[in-house]
Amino acid sequence: MQIHKYDTVIVGAGGAGMRAAIEATKRSRTAVLTKLYPTRSHTGAAQGGMAAALANVEEDNWEWHTFDTIKGGDYLVDQDAAEILAKEAIDAVLDLEKMGLPFNRTPEGRIDQRRFGGHTRNHGEAAVRRACYAADRTGHMILQTLYQNCVKEGVEFFNEFYVLDQLLVEVDGVKRSAGVVAYELATGELHVFQAKAVIYASGGTGKFFKVTSNAHTLTGDGQAAVYRRGLPLEDMEFFQFHPTGIWRMGILLTEGARGEGGILRNKDGERFMEKYAPVMKDLASRDVVSRAIYTEIREGRGCGPDGDHVYLDLTHLPPEQLDAKLPDITEFARTYLGIEPYTDPIPIQPTAHYAMGGIPTNVQGEVLSDNITVVPGLYAAGEVACVSVHGANRLGTNSLLDINVFGRRAGIAAAEYAHSHDFVELPEDPAALVTDLVARLRESDGTERVADIRSELQETMDANVMVFRTEQTIKTAVEKIGELRERYRNVAIQDKGKRFNTDLLEAVELGNLLDLAEVMAVSALARKESRGGHYREDYPNRDDVNFMRHTMAYRETDSTGVESIRLDYKPVVQTRYQPMERKY
Amino acid sequence: MSTQTLDNHSAALDAAESAASHLITIVLRVRRFNPEVAAEAQWVDYQIPIDPKERVLDALHKVKWEIDGSLTFRRSCAHGVCGSDAMRINGRNRLACKTLIKDINPEKPITIEPIKGLTVLKDLVVDMDPFFQAYRDVMPFLITKGNEPTRERLQSAADRERFDDTTKCILCAACTSSCPVFWNDGQYFGPAAIVNAHRFIFDSRDEGGEQRLEILNDKDGVWRCRTTFNCTDACPRGIEVTKAIQEVKRALITRRI
Repeated sequence: MQIHKYDTVIVGAGGAGMRAAIEATKRSRTAVLTKLYPTRSHTGAAQGGMAAALANVEEDNWEWHTFDTIKGGDYLVDQDAAEILAKEAIDAVLDLEKMGLPFNRTPEGRIDQRRFGGHTRNHGEAAVRRACYAADRTGHMILQTLYQNCVKEGVEFFNEFYVLDQLLVEVDGVKRSAGVVAYELATGELHVFQAKAVIYASGGTGKFFKVTSNAHTLTGDGQAAVYRRGLPLEDMEFFQFHPTGIWRMGILLTEGARGEGGILRNKDGERFMEKYAPVMKDLASRDVVSRAIYTEIREGRGCGPDGDHVYLDLTHLPPEQLDAKLPDITEFARTYLGIEPYTDPIPIQPTAHYAMGGIPTNVQGEVLSDNITVVPGLYAAGEVACVSVHGANRLGTNSLLDINVFGRRAGIAAAEYAHSHDFVELPEDPAALVTDLVARLRESDGTERVADIRSELQETMDANVMVFRTEQTIKTAVEKIGELRERYRNVAIQDKGKRFNTDLLEAVELGNLLDLAEVMAVSALARKESRGGHYREDYPNRDDVNFMRHTMAYRETDSTGVESIRLDYKPVVQTRYQPMERKY
Repeated sequence: MSTQTLDNHSAALDAAESAASHLITIVLRVRRFNPEVAAEAQWVDYQIPIDPKERVLDALHKVKWEIDGSLTFRRSCAHGVCGSDAMRINGRNRLACKTLIKDINPEKPITIEPIKGLTVLKDLVVDMDPFFQAYRDVMPFLITKGNEPTRERLQSAADRERFDDTTKCILCAACTSSCPVFWNDGQYFGPAAIVNAHRFIFDSRDEGGEQRLEILNDKDGVWRCRTTFNCTDACPRGIEVTKAIQEVKRALITRRI
């Protein structure tokens, strides 16, 4: 076991982690631990754009953007945080341009902007051009630009290091962050990173669904590490299903396709979104569109032999426009479906896309241990975190914005904290938990396979806690997850070696997915209302009296070692916007 | 309601929508190496049933998840944008997640090897550090002089288009590890590093072109390129890599960007 000492340690090297690293490296001795090479991070798969009221192509302002974000999140958004997001968006985009990001340009040479779901002029009058973009590769360009600037700033990376435990030490009655424990893929060696400040920026957890736009590596490792140490997870029942994933594969086809004029059609060729969202139509918010698609399918208007999908129709758009604005997604259709989007509509279905919930933080990125108490030295930003700027449903282009605004904030706050504080002494035997975990998996002679449990988990999540939920379906999922967690104790791996043991790490990742899936289902069961991405057929209305509050889930272990989940609730921060009925 | 008839389904769309998957049996012939087990690499055959519309990555996962968990490879996004899973498939560099079984003659054994020219660490995993070092060496970031503007720097759509092709690079190393010059001499920067230098040299906002060109004028720089076009053929993003290298060479001769 090796011990390292850094002022600031960042876990994850996607957009939020690298944006934080650029700030933290200038101000403190910083290490970035990442389970992937930085440019492999899933920020690179984001396509459509990054929202900011630059008003480069039409009238716009940050107040409209704030309102859209709050309405989009079905009033579960903390309104102070949304205002920061929308205000700082403008500098966040300009900063990236100055770092070199090759945005598409207007005829005047300014950053071009396009329409996106839920972004409107003057509180819902019509769609507004707010998404700054680089073709349908905006995430790729952000990831590359941030990595390029990390190279420029000399950011120190530990590539293929998996952070598996968060060290918390109680000093004077306050839980403080002492550092993290990481597993080095190349050697199997454990490393303890003692750090004054730790920032989690490790991304989402979409791999507990089967049809998902998420990478294989999005297994909620950061959320699980802090949750196991008794810190809460906020609003985990809120998961976004993006309307347009490639049918059965889940590969993302950007909302920008509809921003450019693409239309959703059912088997009769009908533009069905006109029925569900008369003003915004195909550009209503994602939860609304995903429910509309499944309603069409359930009522027998789905396409294909089994009627289990609908079409994204781009055939009326000029090929030159598709080539210039949507080159990657049209290529995905050609590569994976063998069809030509110039002339054929694309079979799509909603795909599990984004966790609105995560590690609760305040607007400085400081992690909370309950509704109000900060954990000194611990930060989180990006999809792993819940600020909450996305509430019950995130607007498209607000996640690339979130990682830049709150990644930057967390990087500055953590480095400044490191300046004014000393190291917290490491606990005795700091790597004990990870040592045990790794030894147990490597030495297990159990009979269960990782792949079997994972695919059963994904099946049950898709079947029971997706776009439509009821008490009965969620209970089925909770029961199944409980059974799978039992079987997981008997899981065995085949690779017993030290070197690049991805067999072992897939088993560890599955443990994380199982824990988080359970939190999600239990949180969803308790929320007896419908709001944003959480739709309960048995409670189809929003219930502001009882549920305009954030869920806070804690892991508890009783004296006999039996684990359970305790739910608590946190008030929503409301400033200037009163909840209204949500229509598009 | 605006209704448009979609009766004229193409054969391709009908095929894409046919729900019934028919499984075929394929043989994956994988070059395996684990120095913890044996000093030499060896070929191992795996027979698996698979839908030919699936990816080579799906086939590798089937082996790992159902037959031998020790089979080791990198992967993440699974749709050709993260650059993790470049490998030699039937002797050609490709991304496993962008290659469908039906497109690579599944009648015969499908050979899978690590990319060449980088040290193999285990099975299909190679040491990527020299590759990323070459990338870092070309100063792959925007260099500007003078005061920062308050708003964005202006750039015409035509100037933006000038370097569009090379912004697509995902650093998968398919190009560099297909280059015979790189195989023979790992000191050569390789196509990917030059592509990323090109991305800045031809960006109208950048003022570091001279420095970068000086680096690429080095004995291990662009002049080592023998224009074999392997890199262009290998690029999963369709970047015209050889053309980009030629443009950098021309810029060095004329020193006009």
